[in-house]
Amino acid sequence: MAALPALWKWLAGAAGVAALCGVGFLLVIQPRGLTEERILGFPAGDAARGETVFWASGCASCHAAPGAKDDAKLLLAGGLELKTDFGTFVAPNISPSPRGIGGWGFRDFANAMLKGTSPEMAHYYPSFPYGSYARMTDQDIADLWEFMRALPQSDNVPPPNALNFPFSIRMGVGVWKALYLDTAPRVAVDTADAKLARGQYLVEGPGHCGECHTPRDAMGGFISGQWLAGGDNPDGEGRIPNITPGAKDVGAWSESEIVDYLATGFTPEFDSVGGSMVSVQQNMARLPKSDLEAIAAYLKAVPAVSQ
Amino acid sequence: MKRTITAITLAATAIFATVAIAAEPQELRQEAMKQVGGATGVLSKMAKGETPFDAAAAVAAFTTMNTVAKTYADLFPVGSETGFETEAKPEIWANMDDFKAKVAKFEADTAAAAAMTFADAGAVGAAFGTVAANCKACHEVYRVAK
Ligand code: HEC
Ligand code: HEC
Repeated sequence: MAALPALWKWLAGAAGVAALCGVGFLLVIQPRGLTEERILGFPAGDAARGETVFWASGCASCHAAPGAKDDAKLLLAGGLELKTDFGTFVAPNISPSPRGIGGWGFRDFANAMLKGTSPEMAHYYPSFPYGSYARMTDQDIADLWEFMRALPQSDNVPPPNALNFPFSIRMGVGVWKALYLDTAPRVAVDTADAKLARGQYLVEGPGHCGECHTPRDAMGGFISGQWLAGGDNPDGEGRIPNITPGAKDVGAWSESEIVDYLATGFTPEFDSVGGSMVSVQQNMARLPKSDLEAIAAYLKAVPAVSQ
Repeated sequence: MKRTITAITLAATAIFATVAIAAEPQELRQEAMKQVGGATGVLSKMAKGETPFDAAAAVAAFTTMNTVAKTYADLFPVGSETGFETEAKPEIWANMDDFKAKVAKFEADTAAAAAMTFADAGAVGAAFGTVAANCKACHEVYRVAK
């Protein structure tokens, strides 16, 4: 050992560093759950309040059977295909049946919503918008859980995701999480104003508006300085509109016109809502008016981006 | 082809009640939707109490929508899939039967509303709600996002 030539020493050193980096890298991208302490700290949930959380967070838009309307949206049978540049995601059955998440405990649910981690400690893809849900309060998570446990059961078994290599490797999501999963505010607004604070919470957290309305970089993260500035439509042609005060349409709408749009689906010019915004709008129509006013106030307070 | 052209001319005549000017189907359907939008404004404002209740104006607005609905599906002939800033999705032509069924439902709902006798703004609002669901149902799948 003592007489290793210099080259060998160097190689051994480099290999050691590389191995250490590899271990570090694996640690960083490791799926994680909430700590025991965090889980024990959750408040008791309330199913009635959970219903509002359910509509605010739009679970049914992806997890109800494709095309389900009105009360059929409460059957979270899964099966909707989400076509993206990475391949096709299929929303799973999350009804409280053995084919869905009937066997889950609260811990599993909280880990999925706040950490994007499955009961088997695997990463979920961020097409399940936990990057936004991670901002939800413990109370809302607990309330939502109580509501969802009482929903009707479905035995549907949707097909698996059909993703392109290398996105088919779940571990890779760890890189995305290390780069983008946090709970920091997306933009600074005056949170001393209770209405603005509520609007910020609804839009950045449960409402996950930015998931569609903010453009993304090649790694699937939001481009900074472009919050809610609109982007390409992931599931087809057309563009998702800019909804900052700098937008050519929404920028000119008053707060009450934004409220009207979310409540009725009609723009100030009496054009009707279309595309994937239809189901979002139908969810919004179920929220108290004060929540829609809070969202409108927040949309007026975010930095204006003109394109 | 000849039948399509006749249908378009008829539709054009219905939409521009005055003269059937030569226009592309893409433009005609945009004009048709503007008329529906105008009628929507009348009904929505009345339902919300922003304008006074006027039963005759409500019936007229539903009738405008119904007139458009009757020929609307004819404005999507093969060959008009693109151009003139159309916001029509190619899915329309791939699912023409479903598209026509959606337009037919819009026609039936507006006909029913136009035949009603309205006693107050609340009744107008209820009928408007039923009719408006048709706008979303179609735009959800067949209109390109802005
Ligand atoms: C934009 C579409 C979308 C929305 C909105 C959405 N999800 Fe999902 N969800 C998905 C997809 C896609 C997956 C699968 C992700 C994967 O394969 O890693 C998923 C996975 C899940 C899972 C894991 C299921 C399992 O079998 O492991 C749970 C639980 C879940 N979602 C709950 C919810 C709840 C609760 C909401 C509302 C608060 C919600 N989702 C909203 C798309 C969505
Ligand atoms: C699933 C993707 C998606 C999500 C989530 C989403 N939107 Fe949208 N939004 C759209 C699309 C697509 C449109 C364009 C609708 C159309 O073509 O009529 C739109 C349009 C809008 C408009 C009207 C813009 C215009 O110029 O007409 C507003 C305002 C809006 N969204 C607000 C919101 C808010 C607030 C939220 C969160 C509660 C939200 N959106 C969440 C996809 C989404």
